[in-house]
Amino acid sequence: MTLWLLVSVPLLAGAGLLVAGRRADRLAPVAAIVAAVGCLALASFAAYTRPVASASLLEGIAFGLAVDGLSAVMVLTVAAVLVAVLVFAAGDIGRQARFFGLMLLFAGAMLVTVTATTMASLLMAWEIMGATSYALIAYWWRDEHRVESGNIAFLTTRAADLGLYLAAGAMLAGGAGGLALADLPQLTPGWRDVAAAGIVLAALGKSAQLPFSFWLSRAMDGPSPVSALLHSATMVAAGAYLLLRLEPLLAATAWAAVLVAWVGAATALLLGAVAVVQRDLKQLLAASTCAQVGFMVLAAGVGGVTAGSAHLVAHAATKSLLFLCAGAWLTALGTKELTALRGAAQRYRVIGLSFAVGALALAGVPPLSIWVTKDAVLADALRDSLPLYLAGLAATVMSGLYAGRALWLVWTGDSTRDARPVPRALVWPLPVLAAAAAVLGVPLLGRAVAWELAVSGVVAALAVGVAMRLTQRGDRLASSTGVLADWLGLERFARRVVVVPTLAVAGWLARFDDHVVAGSVRASAAVGSATARVAGLRIDVSLDRAVAGVAENSRRLGRLARRPQTGQLHHYYAQAVVVLALLATLLIITGRG
Amino acid sequence: MNVLSIVVFLPVAAAVALLLFPRMSDSAVRWTWITVTAVDFLLVLGLWIASPPGDGFAYEVDLRWIPSVDSGYHIGVDGLSMPLVALTAGLFLACAVYSARETRRVRSFAALFLFLQTVCLGLFVSLDLILFFVFFDLSIVGMYFVIAGWGHRDAARAALQFFLYTFLGSLALLLGFIGLYLAAAPHTFDIVELTRQNPLAGKGVTGALILLALGVGLAIKTPTVPFHTWLPPAHTEAPAAGSAILAGVLLKMGTYGFVRIVMPVLPGVWRQYALVFVIVGVVSVIYGALVALAQRDFKRMIAYTSVNHMGYVVLAVGAAGLVASSESQARHLAITGAVTQMVSHGLITGALFLLAGAMWDRGGTYDMDSYGGLAAQAPRFAGLTGLAAFASLGLPGFSGFIAEFQIFTGSLGGAPVATALAFLGILITAALFLRVLQQVLLGSQRSPSGKFGDLTWPEAASIVPLIALSVLIGLFPRPLLDAIEPAARTVSAIFGG
Repeated sequence: MTLWLLVSVPLLAGAGLLVAGRRADRLAPVAAIVAAVGCLALASFAAYTRPVASASLLEGIAFGLAVDGLSAVMVLTVAAVLVAVLVFAAGDIGRQARFFGLMLLFAGAMLVTVTATTMASLLMAWEIMGATSYALIAYWWRDEHRVESGNIAFLTTRAADLGLYLAAGAMLAGGAGGLALADLPQLTPGWRDVAAAGIVLAALGKSAQLPFSFWLSRAMDGPSPVSALLHSATMVAAGAYLLLRLEPLLAATAWAAVLVAWVGAATALLLGAVAVVQRDLKQLLAASTCAQVGFMVLAAGVGGVTAGSAHLVAHAATKSLLFLCAGAWLTALGTKELTALRGAAQRYRVIGLSFAVGALALAGVPPLSIWVTKDAVLADALRDSLPLYLAGLAATVMSGLYAGRALWLVWTGDSTRDARPVPRALVWPLPVLAAAAAVLGVPLLGRAVAWELAVSGVVAALAVGVAMRLTQRGDRLASSTGVLADWLGLERFARRVVVVPTLAVAGWLARFDDHVVAGSVRASAAVGSATARVAGLRIDVSLDRAVAGVAENSRRLGRLARRPQTGQLHHYYAQAVVVLALLATLLIITGRG
Repeated sequence: MNVLSIVVFLPVAAAVALLLFPRMSDSAVRWTWITVTAVDFLLVLGLWIASPPGDGFAYEVDLRWIPSVDSGYHIGVDGLSMPLVALTAGLFLACAVYSARETRRVRSFAALFLFLQTVCLGLFVSLDLILFFVFFDLSIVGMYFVIAGWGHRDAARAALQFFLYTFLGSLALLLGFIGLYLAAAPHTFDIVELTRQNPLAGKGVTGALILLALGVGLAIKTPTVPFHTWLPPAHTEAPAAGSAILAGVLLKMGTYGFVRIVMPVLPGVWRQYALVFVIVGVVSVIYGALVALAQRDFKRMIAYTSVNHMGYVVLAVGAAGLVASSESQARHLAITGAVTQMVSHGLITGALFLLAGAMWDRGGTYDMDSYGGLAAQAPRFAGLTGLAAFASLGLPGFSGFIAEFQIFTGSLGGAPVATALAFLGILITAALFLRVLQQVLLGSQRSPSGKFGDLTWPEAASIVPLIALSVLIGLFPRPLLDAIEPAARTVSAIFGG
């Protein structure tokens, strides 16, 4: 019961707000925050009682939910971040039922995703989350560019989601009739590989890992609270969560674990480099999300479930904080360009200090949370392979660079001339999240190895220092051209390789359909009536009797053949019946024989 | 008189009454039409609740009709037909409500729709091939007059093409039926008896030829690629209510024929040639989706998505024939999914075509490039179109997902490559519907007539229930599936457990 309540409170409240529409505008922020707080209370209770729930959905397949250790961490994270983000949104977005309704649906779908125990419940929630992310990214729908961004996000993630449909079918064929996620490692080998491939595809897409990262860049067109939620505890986190949850499956199929680990490491490194050069603060944070989620994916690949989920939680707090800071500045200063945000942190001290904690945590500087959690991931990677560890360490350098650069830019200089005051609701979630971003790593300190911790801490701090030093005399790391600024050209690549050819084939097929398929139907009809016309031609009688006789006969035939062409429906009908009777007779005769 | 017969013939009786009282005012005619369809719908719901479909047929009647060929008035409902009967009654009710503002020859329009309703209901309850064929053919005649009489500019031509093409299909079907009759010993047109006999077991070429005749006949009606070209012109010229019925109910007659007649009566032949249907299905899925993606005409586009959606049904019934006889769960899922898809597609496409009608009434064109940003002027129209679009692209929470998930999951084991290719269909439909939303509803405002009024009450009252039902099935599929599953299991059992 707790579990049904936990997922239905945000879903029903969200749906209610959406159906009520503008009539509910005035109530919307309060109602949504109340629902989110209720959700947080239920999540705490569920984390303690560990409920299990199941309802029959399809033949032999249940809609199953359960809260276990990993899910408990996830539901708490989702609900807590949701409360913080909605409080912020109450000040930032204001009274708009559509916005709060969609946010609640979005978070509700994530809650179902992280508690799902069968592929059916997982897939349902997973796709609804994708659709609501579309509606949230394209929230300001009068702007065609934002709508296009929503399209790109939804289509990219849905393309990857097809992997889950594949996995569902493979589960059934491989012997897991109930589609229970727990049965995945025991599938018959061939189907197990198919299922693993599908799941990895879907998770990489949702988590904006390589090569799907570009959709996350476009997702920045949504309102700031959307980014804060989408980048931290929902959506991108879902892919990492799924890989962590299904780590036994990855381990069972040896190739999947290796693939996942390397994609994660590569994303952490390359998208980290992309983040370093971004000129727009939200774009910088977005690329850093890909990179940080890369560490979680790496953790899933090397069997570090605890480290990966701890990193997920620490990153959720940190990244929601950073996006809310960026959103607060966007509201106050009307810009998210880093050069235009110079000195913003000094002008708005609470926001600035919170941002500083977040950025240092993101960099992995001791003693903040991500230092510990990321190091735990790296330690697990080292146990697996040295190259992976080194790649992870290089990615740490990148996080130090981008975080240090952003930090230096917002704390120094001054380009904040027409600064407006910031509503209080925008500010007060920030210190809370900052505190969380600082201390969430503590539980993991016990398992850490001292020298590794020291190495990653020093590397991170050095990288931050280097970035600050480089940025001191102008923003030298930034770049607005080149492959890094353009997110590795991934979107252009996807357009050229997938979108343009598909549209071309579609256009070609449509013409083929009009001219060839429909055309041949028209042609055969035309041949029919032409034959009738030829048969009906009056042939002049001028030669001799033989010809005249022939002519007379063909005239008769012609009249006979023309008679049916009356254009009247019942005549066609009657003829058809005659033809049919003939065919039937034929069939009877041949059937007898 | 049997209560199922009352359900079937009540509408046509009302139609006769309408024609007998020519003095009735138009509004009286409209109200009579709505009342009769509402009563019929409630009767169907009553039948469903009073005797939930289980094993075998409910409300069965078997009267002598043409004893010389052993063809009887044999009707009954089971889990395959009950949902379609309910869908039919519901869609005709929605069309009656929607047509509350129809002004052109209201009496004939209402009478024609009531006639068509009897024909459609009759087809789904028929348990005799001749009866089935009569209804199958009359549906073509009725729809011909709807398109020709109330359609747009080029309606007469499109109607004639529709008539001749689908009529040709029905001839092939009849040929197949006669073949079945001759193969059976003793000769019979009774579907239940034919199922019991399995007359074509081990009859090689004859079986293949009969399957060919039946397959072509039903494929034209469904329609599958390459027999689909009558559909887009028929839809673009038909009035909104006609399109809703054509896509929502008439197309189902084709796929219903596969699960009601072809699979149970020719299981061996079906199994042998199932791969053909799998291929036809997957080609329809992808071809229909891609051609739809290239359309700029809203109604033509929906027509092609119907080819795509019905393709999933053909894929599922084909794959059910391929699944190993031990994998009974997969086969149940595929068959149940196919029937669910028929219901789901009826609801969603019905709603989409009625919305297209609202668009035509306001802008006078289906050309999507003429519109833009309608969400600002017509939020209810935009909201419902958005919901219908997401339903049609198979989003969970709507009936389409329940159908397609079962089809995919059940079919993958039997036809892995084809099913995996068919996944692309839901991606392409997602792309095309997002483009519709972007072009027509969102962005900057544009409308051919300047002002684009929001949905009127009759429009909303006819469209909202269809989408609401789709959501209801999407979230709580059990009541529907509880009806379908026993019958699907019966069909499945013929294929070995």
